[in-house]
Amino acid sequence: MEANVTLKKICDRFPDSVVETHSYRGDDTAVVKKDDILKICQFLRDDKELLYNFMMDLTAVDYLGTEPRFEIVYHLYSLQYNRRVRIKAKVSESDCSIDSIVSLWIAADWFEREAYDLYGIIFKGHPELKRILLYDGFEGHPLRKDYPIKKRQPLIGPTN
Amino acid sequence: MADLAKDLHTEHMVMNMGPSHPVTHGTVKFMVTLDGETIVDLKTNIGYLHRGFEKMCENGTWEQVMPYTDRLNYVSPLINNVGYALAVEKLIDIDVPDRCKYIRVIASELARISDHYTNIAAGGLELGAFTAFLYFVEARELVWDLIEMLTGGRVTSNYVRIGGLKNDIPDGFKEKTQDVFRRCRELWTDIHKLLTKNRIFIDRVRGVGTMPPDEAIAYGFTGPCLRASGVLYDVRKAHPYLVYDLMDFDIPIGENGDNFDRYLVRMEEINQSMRIVEQALEKMPKGPINVDMPQYRWQAKNDVYNKIESLIFHFKTVTEGIKPPPGEIYLAVEGGNGELGFYLVSDGSGKPYKCRVRPPCFPLTAAMPRMVKGGFLADIIPTFDMINMIGGECDR
Repeated sequence: MEANVTLKKICDRFPDSVVETHSYRGDDTAVVKKDDILKICQFLRDDKELLYNFMMDLTAVDYLGTEPRFEIVYHLYSLQYNRRVRIKAKVSESDCSIDSIVSLWIAADWFEREAYDLYGIIFKGHPELKRILLYDGFEGHPLRKDYPIKKRQPLIGPTN
Repeated sequence: MADLAKDLHTEHMVMNMGPSHPVTHGTVKFMVTLDGETIVDLKTNIGYLHRGFEKMCENGTWEQVMPYTDRLNYVSPLINNVGYALAVEKLIDIDVPDRCKYIRVIASELARISDHYTNIAAGGLELGAFTAFLYFVEARELVWDLIEMLTGGRVTSNYVRIGGLKNDIPDGFKEKTQDVFRRCRELWTDIHKLLTKNRIFIDRVRGVGTMPPDEAIAYGFTGPCLRASGVLYDVRKAHPYLVYDLMDFDIPIGENGDNFDRYLVRMEEINQSMRIVEQALEKMPKGPINVDMPQYRWQAKNDVYNKIESLIFHFKTVTEGIKPPPGEIYLAVEGGNGELGFYLVSDGSGKPYKCRVRPPCFPLTAAMPRMVKGGFLADIIPTFDMINMIGGECDR
């Protein structure tokens, strides 16, 4: 099973950090503990047999009603081996933070800001964590499932 | 004189460009810190076109998302349609009929051609080459005529359906395509003569906005901008979807990663896309365009009106929406600007639980400061043109 090399390698290397793995519809996925996200990502990027050099996508999902509530989803791509992997880390509402991976991939900068903006996830160590799609002063995080769809927050001119 | 200037009291000037500036098409704001004409720092503010794409998707049925995808990259909406349909089909595990795959390839490539035309035309315009703009807009109009013939719409096409297509290719489409491509190739040659060896154009774009390959990868570049840096990555070749593996086409790559290479890569991709369309029209098999899975794809109207089962399925799928099994998938297609990814999560209900789009121009726009720092203020214009930021896609 050539496609599962990645999952096998991270399971061998970090047996305590990987919570579960699956390959639904051919998408290799590993759920990892959030405290180890940085070292797992570093391993995925630098290991000679993995070389995940692209941080393709980073987003969050709100599973309201479950605990931990949020999932941070990373999609990585290895140009060398033409492989993709999805890494997920669960984040609870009470400690809504995870280590930033900007130090590994500069591409994560804006993606993390977006996840912060829309979901309110704090990325520890991010150089400039502020809103990106919405304006400063917007209240709440609209992609959370408990944010009402019809709520309006008109921005009437700058306050300064 | 130099000594005199040394003692002069100078300070940096902070200037706002945008959000509604002639060159920041797509409403983006740059806060430029200038030392004379040299850019010391640049901050990019986006979000002016944010309309809550994901929130809207989560509150509509899976099929109601399709028109929203038109408004992502509104210069090549057909690719967004195809990408979203493929993603949902992957979630459900549908394999569409061969004819449908060929038509989707044709639609995607026509959209890519119009995307690159628009980009180069606007790029030329903003550097003062108004003739180039007019020529390529003529070519784009012709391609849009084809798209109109195929889909019924010119810009927001809303043509692809989950598990099929709105309609089959109309009669005379192949002949019309041949006519259009003949004229487009003439116009391409004209543009090639007007721009590629034009001293003024070259001076503005060559060596400007350069991105070395390793940094382009780290910034998450994909598409023509990544290939201009010399990295061979195209989703159509790396993870062939539809029938791209049966098509004979080349992927142009650049050497220097500057704006001139981005222009050249796009120019060549137009030719390659035309090759793909011609091959697809030639090879296209006969057969159905929709899958026969009434719980996911509507039946023909004739059946809906005349058969009770079809009517029931139609009623169920329209009122409740189709219901993909619970799960999550990521699927990427090659958009006009790069990897257009869809990350979908289904909870088994009629609405997407999560409908995430990975916009290709988002990381490109994020790299603007890296590309223009140290250059002149005027360099922002070609660089921002050639990354082809599309507000609808970047801000969602």
